[in-house]
Amino acid sequence: MAEETKKFMYINRKAPYGTIYAWEALEVVLIGAAFEQDVSVAFMDDGVYQLAKGQDTSGIGMKNFSPTYAALGDFEITKIYVEKESLEERGLTLDDLQHLVWEDEDEDWAEKDSIRLVSRAELGEVLAGQDVLFNF
Amino acid sequence: MSMLHLVNKSPYENNNLSTASSIMQGGDELLLIEDGVYGAVKAGKASAMLEGCTVSVMGPDLAARGISEDKLADGVNVIDYNGFVELVEKNDKVQSWL
Repeated sequence: MAEETKKFMYINRKAPYGTIYAWEALEVVLIGAAFEQDVSVAFMDDGVYQLAKGQDTSGIGMKNFSPTYAALGDFEITKIYVEKESLEERGLTLDDLQHLVWEDEDEDWAEKDSIRLVSRAELGEVLAGQDVLFNF
Repeated sequence: MSMLHLVNKSPYENNNLSTASSIMQGGDELLLIEDGVYGAVKAGKASAMLEGCTVSVMGPDLAARGISEDKLADGVNVIDYNGFVELVEKNDKVQSWL
C-alpha cells in the first residue's frame, strides 16, 4: 500500500541570528524532505530576513547557515513563498534576497526560480490548501 | 546625566525601539545591536523612529544579517565591540530595553 503524501508547509517568521528558530526550522525542513512529502516553505514577517544575501557572521561567532537555503532545490523543495508586504515594510526587494533555483528533470534539468513572491491574501490561499503547518 | 539606550530586538517584532526612541532625553544615545540593527535600515518603515536620536549600530551584527552600510539611515554611526565599550564608559547609565 502506497504511503499517503501530505502537503507540508513550514512557516518562517523570525530573523536569522537573534534566536535559534531559523536554523532549527531549516533542519526540520530538510528532515521533512527526506520523507518525500510535498514540502513548501514560507517566509513572512521577520522571516524574510533569513533569505538576505551577503550574510557574513565572522564578526559575531555564529555559524552562517544562509548558504544552506541554496541547497533546498537539491532536496526537491521547489516552492518557496516570500510575502510581498513583509518585504515592503522592511524596505527590501527580491534583489536583496538570495536567488534560489531548482533543476526540473522533466525539462532537461532546466533551472527554475524557487521563490514565489506572493501577497498576504495569496499566501492565505496557499496556507488553506496545506495538510500540515509547522511554525517557526 | 546621559543614558545609553540598548535595543536588541527587531522593530517589526515588538515595541522596544518605539519605546526607547520616544522616551530618550536630550544627550542620550541609542545603540542598536543583534536584531535591533534592522531598525537602522533607511528604506524600512521603522527608521522613522530614529529621527532626532543619536544612533549607533553594531557593525558585526549588520554584516551577519547581510546589511551593507550604504543601506543605513542618514547619520547612523557604525561601531565595533570597542566602540560599544566606549559608549558604555561615556554615558552615565545603560538602559537595556529587553
